Amino acid sequence: MSMEKDTRETTVDTFDNDMSAERAKNVKGTALRLLKKLMEQKWKLLVIVLSIIVSSLFNILSPKVMGIAINDIFDGVKNAVANGQAFQVNLETMGVVLLGLLGLYLLSSLFSYIQQNTMASVSQTLTLTLRREISAKLNRLPLRYFDQHKKGEVLSRATSDLEKVADTLQEGLSQLVTAFFGIVGAFVMMLLISPTLTLIALGTIFVSLIVAALVSGRTHRYFAANQEALGRLNSSIEESFTGNIVIKAFNLEQSTVDNTKVLNENLFRASKKAMFMNYMISPIIRLINQFGYVAVAVGGALSVIRGTISIGDIQAFIQYVNQASEPVTQISYTVNSLQGAIAAAERVFQLLDEEEEIPDAVRPVRIDAPKGNVRFEHVRFGYSDDHILMQDISFDVKAGSKIAIVGPTGAGKTTLVNLLMRFYELQGGRITIDGADISKMTRSHLRSLMGMVLQDTWLFGGSIRDNIAYSKENATDEEVYKAAKAARADHFIRTMPDGYSTVLSDEIASLSQGQRQLLTIARAILADPAILILDEATSSVDTRTELEIQKAMDALMKGRTSFIIAHRLSTIRDADHILVMKDGTIIEQGNHDELMKLGKFYADLYNSQFASKAG
Amino acid sequence: MLKLIKFLSPYKGRVTAMLILLFLQVLGTLYIPTLTADIVNNGIVAGDLNHIWKIGGFMLAVAVSIAAVSLTETYLSTTIFSRMGRDIRNALFEKSQKLTIDQFNQFGPASMITRSTNDIMQIQMAYMAGTEMILPAPIMTIAGLFLAFSKSPALAMVIVVAMLVVCIFTIFLAAKVMPLFSKLQALLDKINRTLREMLTGIRVIRAFNRSKFEQERTDKSFVDYAQSAIRINKIFAVMMPVIMLIMNICTVIILANGGQQVADGAMEIGDIMALTEYAIMILMYLIMGIMVFMIFPRAQSCANRVNEVLAVNTDTAKSRQNPRQHFAKAKLEFRNVTFQYKGAEEPVLNNISFTADIGKTTAIIGGTGSGKSTIANLIPRFYDIQSGTIRIDGVNILRMSKQVLRDKIGFVPQKAFLFSGTILDNFHHGKKDATMEEIRHAAEIAQIGDFIEGLEDGYNTRVAQGGNNFSGGQKQRLAIARALVKKPEIYIFDDSFSALDFKTDAKLRAALKGEVTNAAVILVAQRISTIMDADQIVVLDEGRVAGIGTHKELMESCTVYRQIARSQLSEEELV
Repeated sequence: MSMEKDTRETTVDTFDNDMSAERAKNVKGTALRLLKKLMEQKWKLLVIVLSIIVSSLFNILSPKVMGIAINDIFDGVKNAVANGQAFQVNLETMGVVLLGLLGLYLLSSLFSYIQQNTMASVSQTLTLTLRREISAKLNRLPLRYFDQHKKGEVLSRATSDLEKVADTLQEGLSQLVTAFFGIVGAFVMMLLISPTLTLIALGTIFVSLIVAALVSGRTHRYFAANQEALGRLNSSIEESFTGNIVIKAFNLEQSTVDNTKVLNENLFRASKKAMFMNYMISPIIRLINQFGYVAVAVGGALSVIRGTISIGDIQAFIQYVNQASEPVTQISYTVNSLQGAIAAAERVFQLLDEEEEIPDAVRPVRIDAPKGNVRFEHVRFGYSDDHILMQDISFDVKAGSKIAIVGPTGAGKTTLVNLLMRFYELQGGRITIDGADISKMTRSHLRSLMGMVLQDTWLFGGSIRDNIAYSKENATDEEVYKAAKAARADHFIRTMPDGYSTVLSDEIASLSQGQRQLLTIARAILADPAILILDEATSSVDTRTELEIQKAMDALMKGRTSFIIAHRLSTIRDADHILVMKDGTIIEQGNHDELMKLGKFYADLYNSQFASKAG
Repeated sequence: MLKLIKFLSPYKGRVTAMLILLFLQVLGTLYIPTLTADIVNNGIVAGDLNHIWKIGGFMLAVAVSIAAVSLTETYLSTTIFSRMGRDIRNALFEKSQKLTIDQFNQFGPASMITRSTNDIMQIQMAYMAGTEMILPAPIMTIAGLFLAFSKSPALAMVIVVAMLVVCIFTIFLAAKVMPLFSKLQALLDKINRTLREMLTGIRVIRAFNRSKFEQERTDKSFVDYAQSAIRINKIFAVMMPVIMLIMNICTVIILANGGQQVADGAMEIGDIMALTEYAIMILMYLIMGIMVFMIFPRAQSCANRVNEVLAVNTDTAKSRQNPRQHFAKAKLEFRNVTFQYKGAEEPVLNNISFTADIGKTTAIIGGTGSGKSTIANLIPRFYDIQSGTIRIDGVNILRMSKQVLRDKIGFVPQKAFLFSGTILDNFHHGKKDATMEEIRHAAEIAQIGDFIEGLEDGYNTRVAQGGNNFSGGQKQRLAIARALVKKPEIYIFDDSFSALDFKTDAKLRAALKGEVTNAAVILVAQRISTIMDADQIVVLDEGRVAGIGTHKELMESCTVYRQIARSQLSEEELV
């Protein structure tokens, strides 16, 4: 087997891997944990290891048998010359050896197939389990986690990180085991043939290992430089493309091009070096191995003449040298990509280890006939413990009334409703619904009492029917149509190509912002909750649709306790009760007239915002 | 992929040298087993010690030469393809800056970024891999077969047959696997999509208690993916064992038939070893070539995307010289302007006419989709109109070069965009040679002066990418200040006050009034309070002018304006 091509093949892979090479913080712990996860498939692993052993065994025997065959030919011809007869290669003279060799090859391939076929599902089964765990975990994490982590970051753990783990395990695991048995077996056979030659072979392998380690140590540095240059160029390009309009408006095209060219030139220099370092390893290692090869060939030839070994043994020995050195050089690449995979696995485990939501109460309270009385009692809350946003919030809401929450950005309006939904845990005080503490209920029961329409209209990639029915499991079609009618969405839905069965997808952004909003309202109507939460931002909706939405919302609010984060003048003025928030506290409350009479913050806000004469 | 080969033309000499070296390298690699055969045939069999030492020394020399040749070849190919990548990237980026907004938006910024970064990287790697791993395969095959033929024509035929079998087998597998690969990619995208959906909707999901449903949905995408990946792995599991078997059977045949030829005296014993080695090398290079070739479709799609951009025609008709002066005195004039976005069913602007004078503020208001921002974008010729005329100082803007035109305009876009660098850099983007005094003045008017002075590093404060270390309001004010320092003839504020609170908005407008006495101001806005005291207000409704006048006039005459006003102002204000 010629090893040089194989090393070169792995080189390409590592170019990718090395580009993003990073190391895990706790290599040993992560590796052990990954191994433990793998042990869930221990029977498959057993089959794999056994097949590797058997296949390696046959693999190791075959050069020896081939050597015997060559000896047979050599001796046969020699004897024939001596006896003056012709030597014939046939079943009688060489049948056993050749058929034996064929048999060995056949069995080796068979077991290697068994091993790879079993391996085919191992890494994917592992990643599937981990993916499921991540998905389940995401549903148990407190919302706080999602506030603190970027979506892309979380996503990449479930996708590219796990891909990396799967790919490396698929290739690397069996490679390592095969390499181990291959090397050990080859050495045993080499020692049996000639200890002296083995020493020579060992020497070259050792030298090539050292060289590989030295070079790859340096390569790391060049790759880091390359990575940095690439990062600089990428972010500059990204900036130029996102700021396209401004660049054009200020006639900055030429200077942008010049700037990019400089960064591009830097990348060229760095990448030239990194690529060369990466590709140069194999010729060097090949050279060292060829030195070893020549030494073995010459040494072997001399030994044959001296009569210490046979000619077939040289042939076998050369093959053993290849069998041993090939995996040795491969291992250094495999280890490199294993490092990347372990770093990736560590990120996955990190996510799985995140602190989860407080479990629901053991004996939860249920409200069977909810009325919708809501009370905040001395609520204290902050998104982190050392940063308290709400010091002490108390208010009382009667069933069926309409509460408007107003205040500047960052005052805590959304936080207030988030607390009511128990998206976050309180640091102090309590919130009750019809007298029952919400932390004593199960989250699912609590949330089933409430319906929510958010400014960010979330619809998923499914049919319109499924999207509306999202709020009520097993909703009938009739119920869905009724809710859509009440939300004034029925008409436009029926004008769509497939009506209620129209599938919403990213590619067909066929719904306007207003229509999306109407669908979420229909969803809330179908849920038929006692308490409603509305974030009624309609800034992205034109005046006519706004009117439609307003009517739909009015229909929705009838007879329910509603909390409205209000932007529209009419809503605020019509509210039964207005909570004016600033910096996490309720600074004023009452109805419109009372608050105007008070003449303080609300009156100010109202005057500046809704009747701007300021300036 | 092949289209891009033209980027290699500046490096013809190097490429030729590289190819020659590659050829030598392959020949050298084949020469080693030939020499081994020589050692066996003429050294061992003849018992000639000197010959063994001689050939051994020669082999070392060959090995060193191969290494030298390979290193030079590797150096050449890395430099050539790094250069190629650099040149393609430069060409692409230069092109990107010449694209009109329309052309650019057809690709979109995200796609343009991938095209100029990752796609080019993939192309560069594919070329590199192609040279290092695909090109040697045919050379090796031809040279190897030639050598094998010289030793034994019959066994050379055996190798040819083995080659064909391996080729057919791998191509058969590849044909089976390729569609699965693209399916796998689609399934991975689906995982991404469902999970992203779950992350964006996490509040809604919890509010409606649908965690379980979501988990089932994602689970399905996980299982689909795993199943497909396993199917691919199982196909690959057949590949190596079978190929090894073919190779090994080939070896056994060489051994049997070669043995007979040795017995007949047609061949020597060392030749068997050499032939075995040739066969293995030829087949390995072949397999490697095919494997690398399989990643080519991916690189090809990258190349297609890059070519798509490079192929866009940016040679817009040169603006005619000697622009004719029109009689109108207005600074800016829209006359019967109709504009339709490419591919849209209806025009977004219909027969729009108005004039804007020096020292006056012209406000434009209307609902979403009414075309307000489009008007702002037409003035700097981000888009060219289909009919009607836009004139500046009586000159049709289509007759001006874009550069001259844009020098006259201070544009503040809807989404404030800052360049990374320092605050000062950003001002200099507005006007290259702006003095500190001018800059301070502009900042003050934009109501951001105090804020900047208050920063630890003042004007030298770093601006992160996208200006993300500033709030929306701060970014807007900085973008406004940048336009102010330019001192243009026409200001365009495309809804650029939206993130300001009402007090700052008012203050800014008041300060602006004194500043822009010799410029025309176009102010696009959503909030009525922002435009109430403009000199004239153009009300748009679904792409048509619904009324032009002052706030007072419009309140009396224009229904659309009244509707908008009513939704934003209190009763007493409406009078």
